[in-house]
Amino acid sequence: MKKQIVALLMLGLFAGNAAAAKLKVFACEPEWGALVQEVAGDKVDLSVGTSALQDVHQIDAKPSLIAKVRQADLLVCTGADLEVGWLPQLIRQAGNARVASGPGYFMADDQVATLDRPSKLDRAAGDIHPQGNPHIQLDPYRVLKVANALEMRLASLDAANAAEYKKRLGDFTTRWQAATKRWEAKAAPLKGKKIVVHHISWVYLEKWLGLQEIGALEPKPGVPPTSGHLSSLIATTKSAGTYAIISAAYQDPKPARWLSDRTGVPAVVLPFTVGGDAQSKDLFGLYDSTIDKLLGAAK
Amino acid sequence: MKTFVVAAGLAAASISPAFAQDAKRIEALEARIKVLEASAAQMQKQAADAAEALKAAQAEIDELKHAAPAEATAAAPEDAPEAQAEAPAEGVASAEDATAPASADATSPNAFNPAISIILNGQYAHHSLNPDDYVRAGFPLAGDAGPGPQGLSLGESEVAFSSNIDDKFYGQLTLTVHNEDGEDHVGVEEAYIDTTSMPDGFSLRAGRFFSNVGYLNSHHPHTDKFADRPLPYQAFLGNQYGDDGVQLRWVAPTDLFFELGGEVLRGQNFPSGGAGHAGTGVKTAFAHLGGDVGIENSWLAGVSVLKSQTDGAEDGFRGDETLWIADATWKWAPGGNTKDGGIQLRSEYFREDRDGLYVDALDPAFNQLWSGQRSGAYVEGVWRINRLWETGYRYDKLWGDNEGPYASTFDPYRHTLMAAWRNSEFSMIRLQVSHDKPNGTDTDNTVTLQYQTSLGAHGAHKF
Repeated sequence: MKKQIVALLMLGLFAGNAAAAKLKVFACEPEWGALVQEVAGDKVDLSVGTSALQDVHQIDAKPSLIAKVRQADLLVCTGADLEVGWLPQLIRQAGNARVASGPGYFMADDQVATLDRPSKLDRAAGDIHPQGNPHIQLDPYRVLKVANALEMRLASLDAANAAEYKKRLGDFTTRWQAATKRWEAKAAPLKGKKIVVHHISWVYLEKWLGLQEIGALEPKPGVPPTSGHLSSLIATTKSAGTYAIISAAYQDPKPARWLSDRTGVPAVVLPFTVGGDAQSKDLFGLYDSTIDKLLGAAK
Repeated sequence: MKTFVVAAGLAAASISPAFAQDAKRIEALEARIKVLEASAAQMQKQAADAAEALKAAQAEIDELKHAAPAEATAAAPEDAPEAQAEAPAEGVASAEDATAPASADATSPNAFNPAISIILNGQYAHHSLNPDDYVRAGFPLAGDAGPGPQGLSLGESEVAFSSNIDDKFYGQLTLTVHNEDGEDHVGVEEAYIDTTSMPDGFSLRAGRFFSNVGYLNSHHPHTDKFADRPLPYQAFLGNQYGDDGVQLRWVAPTDLFFELGGEVLRGQNFPSGGAGHAGTGVKTAFAHLGGDVGIENSWLAGVSVLKSQTDGAEDGFRGDETLWIADATWKWAPGGNTKDGGIQLRSEYFREDRDGLYVDALDPAFNQLWSGQRSGAYVEGVWRINRLWETGYRYDKLWGDNEGPYASTFDPYRHTLMAAWRNSEFSMIRLQVSHDKPNGTDTDNTVTLQYQTSLGAHGAHKF
């Protein structure tokens, strides 16, 4: 009987702690950390697993990340197998049932439709993503959809702050929609421009702004390009009137510079996610910087 | 659609009460049929409109799809075949926003198949010392320890199946095919279930698995940085200790990674044997601490102990054994991108206490006291030069016992150098050279060329 009372007391203590403590959110990538920040502000304890200078396809399931996942009430990640090489390992090692599945497991790509679903699954095409291209963070419409779904998830996990989440989402939506219009107007000259990319991670941006991808330095994800491919890419880039060669802040800038030197087409390093350059302090800064840098290529 | 409605109406009319001559009734029915016909026509029109819209959208998609290759072709005729070949190679199904993210296979019974991953590897090794004459002073070769075969050989091929079982359990089965004296054997390397829903950071594992003691022991050899296990693993754990048992793990809710755990295992395999203590011959405990220093450094360190009540091990030991292992790993990577560069350092130290008897397997009457201590250690450093290349060096050493059945005054040691090339995450070719002094008189210089590949489900590896 005594034991049961102690157990009950301890249970009460744990439950009491849980109710008093803030919701702990673990974001796999900086863009989702920034979105959580927009929707939840200081109502949650946020930790972000990776930085804009890391290749999120290739992260080590390191101890510090296990410790973060262990404490989380909610995971906010990209999904669509982007984190397949590390997130499942983190979840399995953390022993945290709250985020292993169910409401504590929020994948942004599950909230929207992805592009570029491969019609054929063959690793001869590299490390392709069967569930489509996962890099949705540079499509403002998809980001807004994710924000809506995220607000619902936060409200269901943390009902006490539901009103605050709703208010913040409303505020974000207003600012985001206004900014989207502004970006679209500003980026109008980019429509129809041809670009060469490092890795095929820009399809959502291209679709949104009407950019046209005519080639990739690394056409097969995770497999280095052949010299034959690179030499044909020089010819394509030169003759097609290419506007810019795009790479992400986390990628080695050398291949893009190499192609730029041989074709005279400017190489542009885009932030790709929040924190990718000095201007990309939040999602708005990320889009501002991306469009400014793309427009700057013409000069 | 229309005919169906009319037919349905007529049928309704004919079934209606025999006194259908009632003109009013017919009139009412006629009116209803007209209404139905009208709504049917409207539905048809809507369907046609939708189809037309879909067609228009399809045309737009096709236009977009063809625009890029067509223009590239026009612009660079000499690259035409390349450009055309590339468009489909990118595997764009052009799924539009309207497509639901549901999988097309969801209805097939195979949709619930577990993830399957296959490891294939093979090697060529040249040993200056005939492996049949290889003797390690102070440490008999038990388990899978030893220099490995001379010449061409298939490494351990592995098939692993894994999946969530339901909302509370996860399961994994790993089968291996290995060759023993020209005969292929299929073995169950691991077959365990894990709980996924225990509260407060606890998880329980049951089945056959590799013990979580030390660093390398729970790692599958295909994730190793060298072609063979360090000498202490060979000497004290028979390369890798796996057995049937249960494991309880707890991860602390702290910012610093802290894991505590313990296992009870059958005690069938080396360093144990004979499944002593009624089939619970081995108990282990382990603790690991880990964290980051800045964004470029991360570390993991641990202490483990394995206690075995051995009832006849492969090396003839019968009695109590205690093995302590201390492990430390440090990884540095510029920008935290471990796959593109960086340095990895690891060291483990083993210390073994034995208290029992040596009993000759062939002649049990012949036995002698075996109590004493032995130890071993290795240090390794691996430099990841870029995404394609890495190179590393390892030094390992064993300290034997001056007394007992395997008394030796010589301490075996080895130097190993390796260079590996990766085409992708899934394939690797490794060249390794080593200089091994297993005893006072012999030297084994080895060159190993090895390939290692993984296919199927994308693996997620431990730190």
